[in-house]
Amino acid sequence: MEKITEIALLKKKAEEIRYDIVGMIAEAGSGHPGGSLSGADIGTILFFNEMNFNPDKPDWDDRDRFILSKGHAAPLLYALLANAGYFERSELKSLRKYKSRLQGHPASYMLPGVEVSTGSLGQGLSISCGIALAGKLNNKDFRVYTLLGDGELDEGQVWEAAMFASHKKLDNLCAIVDRNRLQIDGDTEKVMVLEPLQAKWDAFGWHIILIDGHNISEILSAFKEFHTVKDKPTVILARTVKGKGVSFMENKAGWHGKAPNKDELKLALKEIKARMDA
Amino acid sequence: MKTQDIRPIRDGYGNALLKLGEINPNVLVLDADLSTSTRTNWFAEKFPKRFIDVGIAEQNMVDIAAGLSLEGKIPFVTTYGVFVCGRAFDQLRNTVCYSQLNVKVVGSHGGISVGADGGSHQAIEDIALMRILPHMTVVVPCDHFQAYKATMKIAELKGPAYLRLAREATEAITDENSNFEIGKAQIITEGDDCAIFFAGTIGAEVMKAFELLHDKNIFPTIINMHTIKPIDKECIIKYAKKFGKLMTVEEHLQAGGLGSAIAEVLVEEYPAKVKMLAIYDRFGESGQPDVLLDAFGLSAEKICVQVEDYIKE
Repeated sequence: MEKITEIALLKKKAEEIRYDIVGMIAEAGSGHPGGSLSGADIGTILFFNEMNFNPDKPDWDDRDRFILSKGHAAPLLYALLANAGYFERSELKSLRKYKSRLQGHPASYMLPGVEVSTGSLGQGLSISCGIALAGKLNNKDFRVYTLLGDGELDEGQVWEAAMFASHKKLDNLCAIVDRNRLQIDGDTEKVMVLEPLQAKWDAFGWHIILIDGHNISEILSAFKEFHTVKDKPTVILARTVKGKGVSFMENKAGWHGKAPNKDELKLALKEIKARMDA
Repeated sequence: MKTQDIRPIRDGYGNALLKLGEINPNVLVLDADLSTSTRTNWFAEKFPKRFIDVGIAEQNMVDIAAGLSLEGKIPFVTTYGVFVCGRAFDQLRNTVCYSQLNVKVVGSHGGISVGADGGSHQAIEDIALMRILPHMTVVVPCDHFQAYKATMKIAELKGPAYLRLAREATEAITDENSNFEIGKAQIITEGDDCAIFFAGTIGAEVMKAFELLHDKNIFPTIINMHTIKPIDKECIIKYAKKFGKLMTVEEHLQAGGLGSAIAEVLVEEYPAKVKMLAIYDRFGESGQPDVLLDAFGLSAEKICVQVEDYIKE
């Protein structure tokens, strides 16, 4: 997989990913745009700059692993996989339809490139711990990346995994928290307060990197920093905007799990296209 | 009559893990702070790098095992049945079984014969919870010999499996040489008066009941249904045809257990009455194991009385 290094090209790629996300959700008539869009820049850099993998050999032993713990952001994962060459972009239209490999939430037994099925929140970090530990036991150099939602941090199991990862010194593990501050029922701090979030991860023994999750160069340098960390797992707390890149979806909890209608789609694609062509 | 061999079924599991440790480098063992109780400490002492104690965190344990299995490991997650099947059910459903992962789940302390710890620690719904999961194999060995063989066999199997163990030392009813095949019922003895199916260490009580019945000139066929899933349909139908009705004995809720699994086969394939000796819609409680078995109608004496009544019906 050839890596994209130029910031302008990575920015453009992220917009292409957004274009596909919005398009496939509109086609499906349901899905989760808000959290897919907020993770689009991070996902793009993971797939087009940071991770080593081979779409022609999804099971390549030495590939880096990506676990989408926030499984409802499936459209983000599918857009990344299709654009990376795991399957044709035309298949994105089948999202959520009968017999489609693109299930509402990722199902690994159906679609190569999906490491493990997710959808029930709070499990991805534990699974990633298992993979990272196996990597150490097998003397492999691959790294494991896990994208978590911030609302997902309400799940107690995330903190069981957080304890385990630092206890086992899993420095090949990088968790990224898509901190968009919104969950289905509203503001994360009103539903179930998460702050002080940095202090929590610190107390659990993690190396913490704070970034703007839409700033390409900050994302790039966060991963560079992760590579240098020894004997500790790394968490990137990425400040993001839910629905980022579609003006009327931004910072609206209502766009967590709703498809745009025809007019809304037109408007959304127009905005994204303008940035792609800029 | 062979000499008595009374050992906890957990020992068979512990010994099988030691063997697997030697012959298969991919076998790993995980426990949730109960390793002395589940016998995984034997493996831990010999293979410390391949033993992972996750602390008291069953949900995390199951998903860590899921991750390990994705990398070609064969993880055996072990803790009390009530905790692994109940507390980590969603992890078993949505990650392990949905992704069809090669994770082996071992629930010790099945049934009311756990005894003094009481209802909170007695797994009486684990078989029901595990057998409803697509892709899951469910095995309930009857003694330490069979637990050893079952452990070795599920290690070879590709895909998720649940192995139910028990706490108490019970008399062995099989031996080193008896055949064990997943999905194939084991006929312990053939008689002409009725057919009794059992699963698990309750088999020791069933065999004691057999002796009592023998003295009364009653000769049942006794079948060890060690695999609840996939269930041996052929065997069930064969004996339903022969006797017109069947009897089941288990240390599990009547809802969803062995009797229930057998009844599901019969209502579709060969309708016949099934008399189920099981636990009916209640939790267990504290007490000596033998006292509890008797109180729940599962002691040899109570089974004997039930069989006599059942034959007369």
